Amino acid sequence: MEPFTPVSALAGGALIGVAATILLYTNGRIAGVSGILYGLLSPTRTDAPWRLAFVVGLIGGAGLFGVLMGGNAPIAITSSWPLLIGGGLLVGAGTLAGQGCTSGHGVCGIGRLSTRSMVATATFMVTAAVTVFVVRHVVGA
Amino acid sequence: MGVLAALISGTIFGFGLALSQMIDPAKVLGFLDIAGVWDPTLAFVMAGAVAVTMISFRFVLKRDLPVWGDRFFLPTRSDLDARLLGGAAVFGVGWGLVGYCPGPALASLVYALPQTVVFVIAMLVGAALARASLTPGALRPAATGTG
Repeated sequence: MEPFTPVSALAGGALIGVAATILLYTNGRIAGVSGILYGLLSPTRTDAPWRLAFVVGLIGGAGLFGVLMGGNAPIAITSSWPLLIGGGLLVGAGTLAGQGCTSGHGVCGIGRLSTRSMVATATFMVTAAVTVFVVRHVVGA
Repeated sequence: MGVLAALISGTIFGFGLALSQMIDPAKVLGFLDIAGVWDPTLAFVMAGAVAVTMISFRFVLKRDLPVWGDRFFLPTRSDLDARLLGGAAVFGVGWGLVGYCPGPALASLVYALPQTVVFVIAMLVGAALARASLTPGALRPAATGTG
């Protein structure tokens, strides 16, 4: 794996920005993946179709790129099963309570210059970096 | 039509996540590991995305209404509260443990890796539990001490 890939990062990031723009322009919705997904936990008849369509597209879009790249999964997951389950629970509970994740607070919230989103983004960036530091350099050292 | 637009938006979003390699937890952890061989890729993804939304949202929100919607669904709060900060902090810990946040975790379901499936199920359970405990009334009896 190449350690740093700035060109595909900027291009991929710009596409994410375009996708968020389309959803706001057409549906009036913020492209926050956690919020869109959790809305499906208690679906309503008017809400469920667009949420489901977005989620299907999200998965299909990643698949489309995989097909163009020859079908190789460029994914390296090294976490143990307990870590995957614990991490999943924390990500789910945290993004529901904090009402947003990297896309909702990060991409869209900062795009709207929302103070809450900027503070939330700074907060989860710091606790994530601290967690990685502890896991890799304190516990794993 | 709004549903089709949401499908297109999601597709572009997922394609962007895959192109920028954000669906690879190793890549994300490489960014979060500032004491290791730091990989600034994630910062470039965020910069690319925010560069677009900062400009485009301004124009979109000048409209009175979205093209196929009754209104713009935007957060109205501007104050900081413990729930926002606590939630973000907890999310960050989970993100740092695995390297998945909700978007990339969902998108990479397309590869049907058992680890991803387990993570997404745990994420949904965590969200459902948090919603149940945060629902007004669920915690009130204990908080007000009526017993």
